Amino acid sequence: MPALRKLSEITVGTKALVREFPKQGSAFLRLREMGLMPGTALTLIRTAPMGDPLEIKVRGYNLTLRKSEAEHILVEIQPAG
Amino acid sequence: MSHETKSSATPHTPVYAFVGNPNCGKSTLFNALTGLKQKVGNYPGVTVEKKIGETYSQHGHPIKIIDLPGAYSLAARSPDEAVLRDVLLGRREDTPQPDRIVCILDASNLERNLYLVHQILDLGRPVILALNMMDLAFKAGLEIRVARLEKELGIPVIPCEAANGKGLVELRQAMSRADLPLARHAWDIPAAIAPAVSELAASLHENDGKAPLSARAEALLLLTDQDTVRVTGSRPLHPRTAEIFHNWQKRWEGEGTDWAGTLVSSRYDAIGNLCGKIVERKANLGPSGSDRIDEVVTHPVWGWLVLAGIMTLVFLSIFTLAEYPMNLIDSCVAALGDWVKSAMPAGDLRNLITDGAIAGVGGVLVFLPQIMILFLFIGLLESTGYMARAAFIMDRLMSRVGLNGRSFIPLLSSYACAIPGIMATRTIEDHKDRLTTILIAPLMSCSARLPVYLLMISALVPGDRVPLLTKTLVMMFMYALGTFGAFGFAWLFKRTLLKGEPPLMIMELPPYRLPRVRDIAFHMVERAWMFLKNAGTVILAISIALWFLSAYPKAPDGASPAQQLEQSFAGRAGKALEPVIKPLGFDWQIGIGLITSFAAREVFVSTMSVVFNTEDAGENTVPLRQSLMKARWPDGRPLFTPLVCFTLMIFYVFAMQCMSTLVVVKRETNSWRWPAFQMAYMTSTAWVLAFIVYQGASLLGF
Repeated sequence: MPALRKLSEITVGTKALVREFPKQGSAFLRLREMGLMPGTALTLIRTAPMGDPLEIKVRGYNLTLRKSEAEHILVEIQPAG
Repeated sequence: MSHETKSSATPHTPVYAFVGNPNCGKSTLFNALTGLKQKVGNYPGVTVEKKIGETYSQHGHPIKIIDLPGAYSLAARSPDEAVLRDVLLGRREDTPQPDRIVCILDASNLERNLYLVHQILDLGRPVILALNMMDLAFKAGLEIRVARLEKELGIPVIPCEAANGKGLVELRQAMSRADLPLARHAWDIPAAIAPAVSELAASLHENDGKAPLSARAEALLLLTDQDTVRVTGSRPLHPRTAEIFHNWQKRWEGEGTDWAGTLVSSRYDAIGNLCGKIVERKANLGPSGSDRIDEVVTHPVWGWLVLAGIMTLVFLSIFTLAEYPMNLIDSCVAALGDWVKSAMPAGDLRNLITDGAIAGVGGVLVFLPQIMILFLFIGLLESTGYMARAAFIMDRLMSRVGLNGRSFIPLLSSYACAIPGIMATRTIEDHKDRLTTILIAPLMSCSARLPVYLLMISALVPGDRVPLLTKTLVMMFMYALGTFGAFGFAWLFKRTLLKGEPPLMIMELPPYRLPRVRDIAFHMVERAWMFLKNAGTVILAISIALWFLSAYPKAPDGASPAQQLEQSFAGRAGKALEPVIKPLGFDWQIGIGLITSFAAREVFVSTMSVVFNTEDAGENTVPLRQSLMKARWPDGRPLFTPLVCFTLMIFYVFAMQCMSTLVVVKRETNSWRWPAFQMAYMTSTAWVLAFIVYQGASLLGF
């Protein structure tokens, strides 16, 4: 089992797979409805100029979320390429 | 609604609902089909725009289209999404339940767009899919097999490019069909929750009186939306249904089943399967144009410069560009007043028409240029996609006081005028964030405060010329005071009165697109019309009332305007007000100014020239300044000491001296409660701060 990292702590440009995703909370339900859930592939595109929020690419579109949510989402980093 | 009479003669006008995610091109398609045959209003009870349009089938029969607000899910998270859900489920008495649904999808982003479609197919109504932006999908290297999608779902799928007018004929043809097939909605509800869904659906049908088809859809909604009252449409669940739901929840919690997550995942699994069959990714084309633009626009250095540049342009345009049409409106209104004066015999009626009605209409129309210019820019920023980037960049700063990036543009525009700023808060999804933004917006020093500041600064310093540095510093201090005050109150409100869920910033950054001039023009005219229709009438009535208060009772013939004003209702109110404002260093003459400037802050200046018998010299403050310097208390002390001038400015920074803003806040919040609260908190803050400054400085010997 490869090591899991918090989505809020990976570096820009990293591709990753969502492994653990909180079950409770309306923010996380909304993120699921926007297509982010365990098993989803994502790329961290950039952080905003002041470091927060994050911009990720998921299911072919760009989505923002704050670090306060991202730190509860655990991802497995995928090899580049 | 007058147009109903004609259509009621024909058998039944089919009602279509247009639904889709935000940024899918739904409005463009709606505008293209209905043209000018649109009625725009509000859904009663909420500030969500209600758009109903009419078009014709290929056989010439009328078709009604409801353009529902953009949404990502039927499990509503915002008033917009709640309206979408309630109209589709036939819960709103003010809106007919649509017979058929057209789902508009962004073809370049199918998976997420299909999520809402997947929920809507549960409703068991005839659905047509409009695959919009096929050209963009093609450019992104996606090939979509439309025929296959049609076969898989069993419903008409129309490829279109609304922005280029392609696919409209085919869509109209599909909408003209007498019969539409129901979707072959092959979707297995996951085993872990299926028994619960059928049990809940049965109970919703039997006990809550839901139609059989919508009962299943509502049962599914219950699982992703914890607020059962909202789900069933403002009625609590029947005790039996609630009990079933509760038992299942307990069981799932015991088993560790994540029911909401399971449901969402299974929908996306089904969508993933479907997309596997219909979408072919031809090549990975590398970074798109949007990605390259974003490299600059959200860059840690360039991003700020771009934002500052665009915002300066917006701000200066509202400030300066609006001035020409505003002056034109002023002079037209003045000319009309003069014409009436020359054409009518003098008397009460003539005064009512010229000084009351015509001046009041002018006072309403004068807001239009600023509103139109702001919504031109908002339209441009929204339709190009930059608005989301501005929110993305500003979010961190705004989050310090508990707001999110979406509040930035409304607050910035409030420096020009709070009215368009408050009207622009509709882009803020979260209800409490929106309300907080509305409450603090008038603290941003608007352009109507400028004449008051300028007059007071000129009276503050000795001599007829104000050194530029003094002027700039005092001005900057007042702007800063208002701004920090606004953020302080935002921080306070978000922690107390409007405490809610932790603020979110879950937002799509749509690809950059060219703006659609026609859609923006529609939107500008709509907003201007809504302002005139909803707020304009009330503002007009209040300004006539304010005119009446300063014109009656009449002074005996030969009295000067100052004497007339002194013994009018407004003058008497000013005297009655004196005990309250004396601790701030203000007398009853200033009190009259405070009362009349409730019509608009800059009226304070013209009232002062009447009170102190000065010829109105327009922009030139020197004569008025000299009269102010001569003004005395009965005991001979000067009235406008530097301290009083300074205190008065501080009072104007915070006081809610603008009835037009209050009327618009009432419109946007749907009750007089919030404008009343706003008036109370702002004016009492103004009083307390002015009191502290005046009394404190007096004690210190100033």
